[in-house]
Amino acid sequence: MSIGPSEHPNRAPGKVFADGMVAALRSVFFYVLLGNYVGIGALAYEFGFSLGWMVLSTLLVWAAPAQVILISTLGTATLVEVALAVTLSSVRFLPMVAALVPMLRREGGRQRDLLLPMHLTAISVWVEGMRLLPARPREQRVAFYNGLGVGLIMAAIIGSAIGFYLAARLPPLFAATLLFFTPLALLMSSARNSRTLLDGLAFGLGLVVGPIVAAQKIGLDLMWTGLIAGTIAYVVHRVREAKAKVTP
Amino acid sequence: MTATMADIGPVLALILVGFLPNEVWRLLGLVLVRGLDEKSQAIIWVRAVATAMLAGVLAQLVLASSGALATIPLGVRIGAAGLGFVAFLIARRSVFVGVVTGEAAVMMGAYAFAP
Repeated sequence: MSIGPSEHPNRAPGKVFADGMVAALRSVFFYVLLGNYVGIGALAYEFGFSLGWMVLSTLLVWAAPAQVILISTLGTATLVEVALAVTLSSVRFLPMVAALVPMLRREGGRQRDLLLPMHLTAISVWVEGMRLLPARPREQRVAFYNGLGVGLIMAAIIGSAIGFYLAARLPPLFAATLLFFTPLALLMSSARNSRTLLDGLAFGLGLVVGPIVAAQKIGLDLMWTGLIAGTIAYVVHRVREAKAKVTP
Repeated sequence: MTATMADIGPVLALILVGFLPNEVWRLLGLVLVRGLDEKSQAIIWVRAVATAMLAGVLAQLVLASSGALATIPLGVRIGAAGLGFVAFLIARRSVFVGVVTGEAAVMMGAYAFAP
């Protein structure tokens, strides 16, 4: 593979950041977030929040499920209940950030440079980042990921603003269908990105284990789904690797 | 323990019960991974766990929708996701075609089978 101008290790950080934003624009998630946040913006309007609050919640929380919980429960539930529901919905960020960071780190890099990429990590940014980062030189990865994240957050903010202004005219059922963009994009892009047996197996098993765990009503569904399905996939991957080494 | 948003205002509520309980997981991910490199077995396992959790999120969104999505019948949600996936495969794994097809299907289904 030849090295194009955009892969040059000495490319200015600003240009790499812009490359990241272009990648965001070219990602299906840009349009998915736009549609999804039209739905969330309409929801926020319906529950009496201001557009400024909605934008702030996207900048600070940057997690669609947590934001939907906030919007729909803050008005009625106690703060402790809301905090609990939000934190249970966000456990996924721990393994996501943990899997991402080693890809971003470089010799002599500062830990605080990783704070922005950490905060920008959401399903969309992570999925696209894990796909696009390996092709980038290590020196560029943080700036590229930041550009990607900021680009996708902008889609969400634009979408929620549209949702706010359409809300009064948007039938609730239509607004609800817009929230369906996220599971669709998750399904398709994960299927596309699953190039290794480990990724494909972890995802497929998660689809099966998730509903089974949920049916047990033991709580912490996502955490158990991740640990059980992820570990089975990992063990299968290890066994296969070991076999491949024994019988070349 | 019984405080609500009315007691502290929407912005402080957003920071205390929205931002902080959400961000703590990202921060834990960053802290726990110190010293581990990309090729270590722990990271490969963590990545599998993260991927399985994404699938869990997907299953949750489609099967056990809460809030606004729950107004769309379960059969419509599953059918639309299935149709989108078939379109994705037919269109040589085009995410765009799959998402647009699935979204169109869920919209038509939601209106056709509205409760």
